[in-house]
Amino acid sequence: MAAMTPTAPDVTPEPGARTADRATAPVRIRRRPRPWRGLVLGLGGAYFLVPLVASFVFTVHTPGQGVSFEAYTALLSADGFTESLLLSLGLAAATVALALLLAVPALVAVRLGAPRLRPVVEVLCTLPLVVPPIALVTGISTVLRWGPDHLSRTPLYQTFLAVQNEDFPFVLVLAYTVMALPFVHRSLDAGLRAVDVPTLVEAARNCGASWPYVMLRVVLPNLRSSLAGAAFLTLALVLGEFTTASVLGFRPFAVWIVSISGAQARVSVAVSLLSLLITWLLLLVLSRAGTAPAGAPRTSRKES
Amino acid sequence: MTSATAERTESTAATGARVEFRGLRRAFGTTVALDGLDLTVEPGELLALLGPSGCGKTTALRVLAGFERPDSGEVLVDGTDITHVPANRRDAGMVFQSYSLFPNLTARDNVAFGLRVRKAGTAERHARAAELLDLVGLPEHGDRYPHQMSGGQQQRVALARALALRPRVLLLDEPLSALDAKVRLSLREEIRRLQISLGITTVFVTHDQEEALSMADRVAVLNAGKLEQCAAPAELYRRPATAFVAEFVGTMNRLPGRLTDAGLVEAAGSRLPVDGDAPGTRDVEVLVRPENVTVTADPDGEAVVVSTSFFGSVTRVHLDHRGTTVKADLPSRDAGGLTPGIRATVGLAPHPALVVPKAER
Repeated sequence: MAAMTPTAPDVTPEPGARTADRATAPVRIRRRPRPWRGLVLGLGGAYFLVPLVASFVFTVHTPGQGVSFEAYTALLSADGFTESLLLSLGLAAATVALALLLAVPALVAVRLGAPRLRPVVEVLCTLPLVVPPIALVTGISTVLRWGPDHLSRTPLYQTFLAVQNEDFPFVLVLAYTVMALPFVHRSLDAGLRAVDVPTLVEAARNCGASWPYVMLRVVLPNLRSSLAGAAFLTLALVLGEFTTASVLGFRPFAVWIVSISGAQARVSVAVSLLSLLITWLLLLVLSRAGTAPAGAPRTSRKES
Repeated sequence: MTSATAERTESTAATGARVEFRGLRRAFGTTVALDGLDLTVEPGELLALLGPSGCGKTTALRVLAGFERPDSGEVLVDGTDITHVPANRRDAGMVFQSYSLFPNLTARDNVAFGLRVRKAGTAERHARAAELLDLVGLPEHGDRYPHQMSGGQQQRVALARALALRPRVLLLDEPLSALDAKVRLSLREEIRRLQISLGITTVFVTHDQEEALSMADRVAVLNAGKLEQCAAPAELYRRPATAFVAEFVGTMNRLPGRLTDAGLVEAAGSRLPVDGDAPGTRDVEVLVRPENVTVTADPDGEAVVVSTSFFGSVTRVHLDHRGTTVKADLPSRDAGGLTPGIRATVGLAPHPALVVPKAER
């Protein structure tokens, strides 16, 4: 007799039911309506919606001439619109890739091998928050000026030129990666805290998995939500970043919007609204991607 | 068990391997977790590593699993030195203390994970997973995710996953400690049944002596990284080799005693033969199990009943005997008259008793 008894003596939760919720599930508390909640929500909503609606009205309504969507139709033919938008999206994708490539292995390694270093890593990753972008860009431009003078006879000279290529200024990716690090760290750290990574890694190793296999098939799938969150925040940061790109003389989307605002005010506001819409759509796609498949949990929780 | 299950069980059976720890030493900073551990696990045996927190039992298991490197010493499986073999090539299945199922995979995929690593085909993976889920009593749970299962079910799936690659050694790192008492009891019986049926060499780490004594063929008691004693549960209980084992396994009285010239020891008004070597001093402490203490209500007795604890068929009586607390396990039907405050006479059954120097603690 080797097989265990088919009926488990302990209670089997229903599929889809959250373990922690089971004990309290049958009890439903009827809540009294709270008018002040609606008031707070209404005020908060108005704070965000009024400027957006006002901007939209400004783009479609001209006093004395009525409603016209010309500002939006003129967008596609506006000089530099497509190029700057594509550049921003490309920079965002590269920044997300670089930031995750740096942060994920580093944070997992710290969690597995040197938990005591976690506060150090946290401080390092949070540091860019206290450095104003203008200070960062001043430092970068100083290095970019200094580099060619001192490195003209070395192979690094070409690298200095390459990172400033106007078609794809990689120097912006480097700057954005530093700026995104606090958000990436926060998101990944929350994900790593929610999962018992050391045990999962050991369980996978015990099943014969190599380190790359463990990272790709065990660690990353269980960090999906936090990876999506990190990408989400980085994307929002890059699409809206103005200071660094402007001071370094590049023209991604945010800089382009400002540059046309003087000559074509309505088009500029229309583009701003459109960029908001694009950002929201991308964020929606990312958050959908970060949602675990049906039935799978976002985090691993131990039962008591 | 159906014949189909019997056939499957046969196919699951693994050949037990002989495991040897030779002079294992492992220190974490100034803390020595393993201090020259020598231990052999026979093929097909279930050996429990028992000891208090920090005694090195989990470190020993992790060294065997390949998650820790010893500072010195070696680990051999069937005579082959695997000390420096990476964890993913050890051929040892492990069940962890915390729930270790991959949260993003179903029970079936969890069980088949190792086979997927080895690039087994889908049909083979599914067949093997179904076979093992059947074996651990969860044939209908293949499509469930870990969060949709109870703790006991998750540990069963973890056991199935550990067995999926037909390992030569099964490692159990306190797999029942997170479960409630009832589930723990049933699961430990089932694990034992499965282990005997598969004949797989198993090393089981626990700090629960009841678990160790009830499941294991032999129990190795560790203290401060050293092996105190390795013996069958009954022998460990009846003939503990050291004072530590005597007091750690089961309950033990420490009674003041005095060695006589005849090689006996006198304690609580009784004379007992000495078990093992007697210490050099005359004043000693005698280690006596509560079931070897007799108590008789006696108005002129030197002991006073302090309290009683009812455990069903047995009642434990706590007495104060000349300033020493004495615990006695009596059949409940004989303990009815022993209420707190009653005077009584204490006696010791004439079994050989372990004797330690008075100062030893």
